[in-house]
Amino acid sequence: MEQKENVLEIRGLRSCFFTEKGVVPAVDGIDLDIPEGKIIGLVGESGCGKSMTAKSIMGLLKYPGRIADGHIWFDGQDLAHLSEKELRNICGKDISMIFQEPMTSLNPVLKVGRQVRETLLVHDRGMDKNEARRQVIDMFARVGIPEPEKRYDSYPHQLSGGLRQRVMIAMAMVCRPRLLIADEPTTALDVTIEAQILRLIRQLRDETGMSVLIITHNMGVVAEICDYVYVMYAGKIMEQAETYELFDHKAHPYTKGLLDSIPRIGKNPDRLYTIPGVVPNLLHLPEGCAFSNRCPNASERCRSIKPELCEVGEGHRARCLNCIPERFAAWPEPDENTPAAAKPPGTKNTAYSADTLELSGNPCKENTAKGGGAL
Amino acid sequence: MAEQNFFRKQGESDARHNIKQNTAASEEDLLGQIGEKDGITDKLRRMCKQNKLAAFSAVVILIILLMAVFAPVIAPYGEAEQDLMNRLQAPSAAHWLGTDELGRDVFSRLLYGARVSLSIGIIPSIISLLIGILLGLTAGYFGGWYDYIVMRLADVMLSVPSLLMAMVVMYTLGSSITSLFIALIIVDWASVARVVRSQTLSLKESEYVEAARSIGVRRFTIMIRHILPNCIPSLIVLFTLNVPSAILSESSLSFLGIGVQPPAASWGLIVNQAKQFLFTQPWLCLAPCIAIMIVVLAFNFLGDGLRDVLDPYMKDQ
Amino acid sequence: MTDAAINNTKTENGKPEILLQAENLSKEFDTGKRDSKIHAVSNVDLEIRRGETLALVGESGCGKSTLGRTLIKMLPATGGRVLFHGEDITAMSEKKFRPLRRKMQMIFQDPYASLDPRMTVRNIIAEPLVTYHVCASKKETTARVLELMQAVGVPTEFLDRYPHQFSGGQRQRIGIARAIALNPELIVCDEPVSALDVSVQSQVLNLLKDLQQQYSLTYLFIGHDLSVINFIADRVCVMFLGSVCEIASKEDIYAKPMHPYTSFLLDAIPQADPHLRNEHRQVLTGEVPSPVHLPEGCFFHTRCPYATDRCRRERPALRVVKGRQVACHRTEELEL
Repeated sequence: MEQKENVLEIRGLRSCFFTEKGVVPAVDGIDLDIPEGKIIGLVGESGCGKSMTAKSIMGLLKYPGRIADGHIWFDGQDLAHLSEKELRNICGKDISMIFQEPMTSLNPVLKVGRQVRETLLVHDRGMDKNEARRQVIDMFARVGIPEPEKRYDSYPHQLSGGLRQRVMIAMAMVCRPRLLIADEPTTALDVTIEAQILRLIRQLRDETGMSVLIITHNMGVVAEICDYVYVMYAGKIMEQAETYELFDHKAHPYTKGLLDSIPRIGKNPDRLYTIPGVVPNLLHLPEGCAFSNRCPNASERCRSIKPELCEVGEGHRARCLNCIPERFAAWPEPDENTPAAAKPPGTKNTAYSADTLELSGNPCKENTAKGGGAL
Repeated sequence: MAEQNFFRKQGESDARHNIKQNTAASEEDLLGQIGEKDGITDKLRRMCKQNKLAAFSAVVILIILLMAVFAPVIAPYGEAEQDLMNRLQAPSAAHWLGTDELGRDVFSRLLYGARVSLSIGIIPSIISLLIGILLGLTAGYFGGWYDYIVMRLADVMLSVPSLLMAMVVMYTLGSSITSLFIALIIVDWASVARVVRSQTLSLKESEYVEAARSIGVRRFTIMIRHILPNCIPSLIVLFTLNVPSAILSESSLSFLGIGVQPPAASWGLIVNQAKQFLFTQPWLCLAPCIAIMIVVLAFNFLGDGLRDVLDPYMKDQ
Repeated sequence: MTDAAINNTKTENGKPEILLQAENLSKEFDTGKRDSKIHAVSNVDLEIRRGETLALVGESGCGKSTLGRTLIKMLPATGGRVLFHGEDITAMSEKKFRPLRRKMQMIFQDPYASLDPRMTVRNIIAEPLVTYHVCASKKETTARVLELMQAVGVPTEFLDRYPHQFSGGQRQRIGIARAIALNPELIVCDEPVSALDVSVQSQVLNLLKDLQQQYSLTYLFIGHDLSVINFIADRVCVMFLGSVCEIASKEDIYAKPMHPYTSFLLDAIPQADPHLRNEHRQVLTGEVPSPVHLPEGCFFHTRCPYATDRCRRERPALRVVKGRQVACHRTEELEL
């Protein structure tokens, strides 16, 4: 990853909802890199802050939410501290976004071709209208819209869901962005259409060399298309790694639980693995690790120390005290005589592998075993 | 057209399929966690906190209501108590708002007039609300020719200027409070029925109504238990808008001389009788006009405030 | 549920008991224009056996939800008939049908929309009990509601809370409690987990499986996610454009699909394993044809790479091939 230059770098981003009942840190200090030409996945459950992150980049946060702290570096500029006007010049042109529900993001009373042309004209005032039309039709053809000339004059409701999403992609791509942010781009689509759209996104990336940030809750989409993955939980990055590394050597119990709870074809367990408990209220997070109240491996230390992200493999970081206990041996202990501190790191390590084998049940035994071995 | 229709249907079903999936709901979930959503009493409390004008209006309405109810106790003089020695007096300590051409105390007349004006504002609004709910709910739920007839009837009512309609009724039935009530009900029910029907049409398609049907809950029970309670926020708002319009209608009719008949007092009637002294004794006219204005504004402000907190679609601005 | 006697409609010794059966069932909607109708469900033959989970799977607009609702008379059928315990319910009057309504309940997709926002959990779960006067007293009703809440895993201290105070998963559990309150025989689950998060989805799926055993329920599970269906279903019915492509046991369908559409559908699922990533796999092109103007011949021929002239002319009937039901002319020759 290192040789590629980063298109976007997020450093210590905190975006909060400022409400009467308190400040809700929906995005709580995340660091995220998007290298050139890579497809990055940001995955997590609803309410984990993944959409907030995207909106922070695009400057789309609505009251009572706003960026409280941190930097979003793009092209030497800090998007977090730009004025609305300066941001408008970048967003839509160099960074563009596609949304989950294409119907709500298209104006129902305007022809789709005109809407896409508008985007082009807004960012390039001098462009000739006929030239713009030609470019739009070109782009329609490139995103696989059949009969692009005819579709140029269609209204959104005359298109199927799949075609509408293609129009949205065309609109996002027409200014040749360097970064495409796709917020649940396929969640509203059928599987056969989803496969088409994912293939299209990858193909466009290959052709134009743009970077893509895909925000999704679907581990299948991540496995299918992403190069590098960030797993988010309660506003924090819990684990980050290259896709193969993440799926093969998942280090964080949350990632593990998430992957184990997905039903899979070819595996027929009687019961699915479930993560106990519910997502904590962001106003009343557990004192230590945010996942400690649901984690089967949580110790006293986990409940009192907030873990940092730390290296567990090449380009692989996890926010868990149990991943590499030796790194945390030097940390202040909450109690003088906790059992975890008494044990040498090696003991803890083996105990961990045994634990996880037990918790994961059958579906992913081989992966877990590998993961344990890698530690 | 059929093609378009179909696509619209398809679009709708698409939307329904993926309604509020994960991320769409996430922000809402976050706000839900904080407890931004709450019951109707909490909403009223929030309104009082956020919208001081609406809260103040509610207090004003309450005070005026109390003054009207206790008019005989508060009023320094009787409703039609004449004092021909003190005609057309300017405001003074004895007569706070002066006296009219028959020497009647304007302040006392206003208090008694409030009883008539407010009851004309409130009672027909309540009755037309009930009629409108009944017709709108059944029309929306059953549909078909019944819906067609009810709605065309409502359209007719709404297409005739309401004042004209009221005047026709008053002329036919003769001037009395009862016929005034009837006239206002005939004018008002249609708008209520329209609102209730349109809400019923959308609520009828909601999943929880479908769920009730799948259980086998009877149709009238579904209407009363599931649809009506969800119409109530808009009905409260509509009510607060109907009351001042009824008060204004009454004032207009009384001013034209076909509403409340003397010697009874209503605000419109007081204005009517004072109009000849508009330039010599302006307070006679001003006092009831200001009273009407205050009540109408108060109801409107309250209605706005209620709409902001009760209507979920107005919430994020 | 894996035995192959699928075409047998009679209850014989050793054969599974048939709970509900559709014969040539059709459902059309008016478009508001003469001579044009939306053919949501066309000539479907189907049976649901007691105690099994039959999954209806297909893309949106394929008529699976409409079929599910027509089967339990939530929507009136426009052709064919439905037999419940051998009794024709399509022609039955509402009044006569009412006692049977108790036996067929529904679980809905959207946990945010399927609960009345102005009712407490107590009233929501009690509604079916009150409607059929199941319990003699209020106290008894409350006791039963608490029992149901326990059964679906909603903490009983939340009895008097409103739906908006719950998370999506808990709301779905409340919806499930309402559906099982009357001890139904058949529950139509209309995409019950597709609006839920992954970790919650697995909880609800486990719950559905547990309840099925505990209350000996039969499920008609409508879904689009083949991985979820793989977990929950015994038999799978694949639908395309309102008609059945293929019905077979779960094992058969996933091991060897016999209809080209099924094969494409299986191929399209993004698997949660990057090693199964297949950059060159077959992706179905095109979109679903309009249900207003149905194509002639096989409905799938416009998207099917194996279509021949015969497919374009002649509509294939659902027939038994190697003990499985499939509606394709060329299934024997194809290597899927």
